[in-house]
Amino acid sequence: MAEALHMKHIVKVYPNGVMANKDVTLCINQGEIHALSGENGAGKSTLMKILFGEEQATSGEIFINGKPVSITSPQQAISLGIGMVHQHFMLVPSLTVTENMIMGIEPKKGILIDQKYARQQVEEIGKKYNLYIDPDKKICDLTVGQKQKVEILKALFRGAKILILDEPTAVLTPQETAELFEELKHLRKNGYTIIFISHKLNEVKELCDRITIIRRGVTMGVHDVAGVTEEDISRLMVGRDVVLKIEKEPAKPGKPLIRVKDLKVIDENGSIFLNGISFSLREGEILGIAGVEGNGQSELVKAITGMGGFTSGTVEINGQNIAGKSVKKIRDLKLAHIPEDRMSSGVASKLSITENIIADKLNWIRFSNKGVLKKKAIREYGEEMVEDYQIFCKSQDVEIGSLSGGNIQKAVLARELSGSPKVIIANQPTRGVDVGATEFIRQQLIDMRDQKNGVLLITSDLNEVLGLSDSLIVLYEGKIVAYISDVSSMTEAELGTYMLGIQKQKDEQIKEALHE
Amino acid sequence: MNSNKKIHLLVDSIKMAMIIAIACGLVSVIVFLVSDDPWPAIYSFFIGPFTSLRRIGNIIEAASPLVFTALAVIIIFGSGQFSMIAEGSFFIGITGTMAAAIALDLPAGIHSVAAILFGGVCGAFVAFIPAFLKMKWSVSELVTSIMLNYVVQFFAIYTVSYHFREVSSSSLASLAFKDTSRLPVILEGTRIHGGVVLGLVFCVLVWFFLYRTSFGTKLRITGGNPLFAKYAGLSVTGVMVAAQIIAGAIAGIGGGAELLGMYNRFKWTATPGYGWTGIVVALLARSNPLLVPLAAAFIGYLNVGADIMARSSDVGSEMVDIIQGVMMFLIAADALLRGLKQRMIVKAAKMEEAARQEEAAKEARA
Amino acid sequence: MNVFSYICSVDFVYMWIRVATPILLAALGSVVCNKAGVVNLGLEGTMLISALFGVLGSVYGNSLFMGLLAGLLASLAVSAAFAYFHLILQANNVLCGTAVNTMATGLTVFVLQLATGEKGNSSSLKSFSFPNIEIPLIKDIPVIGEIISGHNTLTYVAVIMVVVIYVLLYKTPLGLRMRAVGETPEAASSVGQNVIVIRFISILICGVLTGLGGMYLSMGYLGMFVRDMTAGRGFIALAACSMGQATPVGALVSSMIFAFFDGLSNILQVLKIPSEFVQMLPYLATIIGLTVYSIQQSFRMKQKMKKQKKA
Repeated sequence: MAEALHMKHIVKVYPNGVMANKDVTLCINQGEIHALSGENGAGKSTLMKILFGEEQATSGEIFINGKPVSITSPQQAISLGIGMVHQHFMLVPSLTVTENMIMGIEPKKGILIDQKYARQQVEEIGKKYNLYIDPDKKICDLTVGQKQKVEILKALFRGAKILILDEPTAVLTPQETAELFEELKHLRKNGYTIIFISHKLNEVKELCDRITIIRRGVTMGVHDVAGVTEEDISRLMVGRDVVLKIEKEPAKPGKPLIRVKDLKVIDENGSIFLNGISFSLREGEILGIAGVEGNGQSELVKAITGMGGFTSGTVEINGQNIAGKSVKKIRDLKLAHIPEDRMSSGVASKLSITENIIADKLNWIRFSNKGVLKKKAIREYGEEMVEDYQIFCKSQDVEIGSLSGGNIQKAVLARELSGSPKVIIANQPTRGVDVGATEFIRQQLIDMRDQKNGVLLITSDLNEVLGLSDSLIVLYEGKIVAYISDVSSMTEAELGTYMLGIQKQKDEQIKEALHE
Repeated sequence: MNSNKKIHLLVDSIKMAMIIAIACGLVSVIVFLVSDDPWPAIYSFFIGPFTSLRRIGNIIEAASPLVFTALAVIIIFGSGQFSMIAEGSFFIGITGTMAAAIALDLPAGIHSVAAILFGGVCGAFVAFIPAFLKMKWSVSELVTSIMLNYVVQFFAIYTVSYHFREVSSSSLASLAFKDTSRLPVILEGTRIHGGVVLGLVFCVLVWFFLYRTSFGTKLRITGGNPLFAKYAGLSVTGVMVAAQIIAGAIAGIGGGAELLGMYNRFKWTATPGYGWTGIVVALLARSNPLLVPLAAAFIGYLNVGADIMARSSDVGSEMVDIIQGVMMFLIAADALLRGLKQRMIVKAAKMEEAARQEEAAKEARA
Repeated sequence: MNVFSYICSVDFVYMWIRVATPILLAALGSVVCNKAGVVNLGLEGTMLISALFGVLGSVYGNSLFMGLLAGLLASLAVSAAFAYFHLILQANNVLCGTAVNTMATGLTVFVLQLATGEKGNSSSLKSFSFPNIEIPLIKDIPVIGEIISGHNTLTYVAVIMVVVIYVLLYKTPLGLRMRAVGETPEAASSVGQNVIVIRFISILICGVLTGLGGMYLSMGYLGMFVRDMTAGRGFIALAACSMGQATPVGALVSSMIFAFFDGLSNILQVLKIPSEFVQMLPYLATIIGLTVYSIQQSFRMKQKMKKQKKA
């Protein structure tokens, strides 16, 4: 079979010194669906950005249909027949479907856009590939699945022969996923080549012909999907068996620390994020919140931590209603918060490690006297934290932004856990973090639980939510669809049916989450 | 990772040296382009400021108001706000101090202090207005502060011409200040005054405030990442408003010190522009309060040089504004020399990786 | 004299349109920039520079056309510098704008002195101005004719520009790309649009419009260049653009509102109010205008939230 694409020995070093690709080779045949798998941070996204001209490789070669090419811009990638469907849709919300589709290749009538012809073309191509979307709708009025269709159409409309799909199913419902797979198979039949980035191994098995695995910036080889098992793939991805068995004692839950009752979050446009949920987090337990991303998890965390408001319902922490309380007041109730996106809200990247760690403790008598900082005490504290939390750095005075993701996360943990909290909100605590740091962070959360604190764990990592939680809530479209009081009885497959909204518990079972 | 920090510092230093060289080069080019007799003009520009004690004094006098406005800019920009109020606060500081210097009857020393403090209060009040509008209704502080500078300018001139005017003077001038209010000259043969010392003290104070107090740290956190500040439980709006008030007070005090150190009457008909020049100084000092005196002295030197040159040749002193604009462009250009930085960092990363692999190999052998 | 009756007079409305012209032109420039995602703080300096170079061009080229050409080239050069530093060298736009303004203040006086030996104004030079145009037929209609006809060429250009910019933004490929680049630059670049190039073009278009606004001041409104003659109009235009939600029609309306107070300050001189307060008026009006607009925005937001709560 002819080679559609060959990327040889790609190396990429980012300006901050991070080496994302050390030696990656990727070879794709014409007319196949090729899976590209690897853990978070393995270098998949970087590789695809290089292929699409959004980043430049530090060294390495790219061949398309056997010819060497250099791709310095998306424009060039597109003209070489490469189309990208980004994980975060690259669509302009206030523009119409037509406007988004034709951008850059607008049909013209004189100097103006030929609106009528454009609309007609968009309608035609949609029908041709079974991907019909109303051309006059604004993007902001579409569902997630529809937006993805627009993305795929956009690439096809530009003459893409090689389609890159970056974790396309992460945001889809099961029905939408099934629909997508049919569409992709249809495209394969028509001779299109598809690169399917995913770490959902069952999907890879179902859809793909071959798979390339990347581990920490190095390719671990290419395999026929039919010839390998899911266990083989996961071993290649992580370099050991990934059956995540976290050692921990059975939980001994005590009295409730957080009590959420009938919580609703609706934004000013009327979008419903949380539609009346109730549960309690008790002492000495890790309560997991599972669900496909975007089903209300972020809004729940924002409501509890005071970072965003809520429309109705009550949230009590340690028996105190937090309605109208500032973030500071809520934190004073002994609440710690490990944020979802550490770079945007978890650290000030230009400030030092120490300054980041004491950011919430500046008024402690230990660190300041009438507003003047006690430099020595702070320095010692910083040293202590760097040691206790195994933050790998030259000194605690370097800019925190210069550390790796795992070490930044450990510093966040140091700040949040060192204030002896009663309640810990851990939102995606190990996302984009290396294996060593992941283990450390998980152990810290278990230790916090064993000291009779409550941990609310929000994670999209199924292994993590099953392995770490004592009990579990599943969110689907802003509602609790399942409450599992003992997670050890739960399988991944069963959890999946709840997460994808295929199954729902009875209301009485869900009510138990409140422990009343 | 530490090697990265060194690379940053090295490249930044190269950049600063380059910018100063470009500034000086540009001066020469302009002079050669427009002057019939360029050599003496260039001499008077570059060497002129050092030819007498009085002229060296002039540099320091010219730098003095810039120190205050630059500190104000550092605090405001440092808190993540883009208020341009330093100009207005400085000018209202002058006006308030003038009123106090003329109207109050106090013993020497105390009079100056009271007058300057009053200037500081006026400066703080003016800076509070855009901050308040932003806090309350998120009105862009950028445009309101610039508009407010014009309002302040007309208000100041109104105050002078309707309440403190010297009627015997044909041009606009205030009454003479009482002698008790004047700041002493501290170096004979120059006009270097107490305000200069005050400026240096403020540099240390602002440095201490930003890096050694809890509020200063909160300010830097807020400026560095406001979302993180909110998340950490800091009062983001409170910090932003307070930063602008403090900055306004410093600019106002600067205006007062300038007035009582250098003048005995108010004679301005428009704002003198120190607030804008303060931005150049703050940038040149890399937002470090302790480097502000040096940066201000450099800009002061350019101004004095231009003045001397304008007096002795056919080249106008406004040239210095052109130079300052160009410098502002160049310093603000983040990507300048980024290629160099990137190459050095890539090299360092590769070396680190090689070292790590070697270590791993050693371990494997053992 | 009764101020109110004067405001209602034909003379006042005529003057109102006159003082609105430069603000409108610069505000339209700002609209183009804003739509593409750039806040151009250098409008003030760009206007000032083109005002001077327009005058000098017409003097040395001995024609109005040469003046126009010189003024436009100057504003394009300044805008290109702004764009280069902001887009290519990634300098902060506020600092770039401030750099333009700082440079413009010095450069105009410096060049003026080279040309005339004076630092105040260009009255010693014999420069050209854009002519006033009497519109046939309309000029004979009473009241309306007096208000609408007989304005400066650039005033009519400004009005036409409202339509031109509207068509550019909403009906042409370039406009589509500009709006995309301004709202979601990643999306535009993912379909191969060069964000930097499109923003660069937007800044240049802004330069042309702002340059026309500047030239109107020195070659229409007044017959000469006066140092610092823009007097904050560039910043007022910026405010007009944001109050008009960065749409051409919005910019027109807001420019007219701000210009009203500018015009008012011209006629209030006759009253026994200290002249400084009168001069303050346009700036004060801008602050108040922006504040009222923002209050209304936040009020609307709250109303929406309340409605959702009830539902």
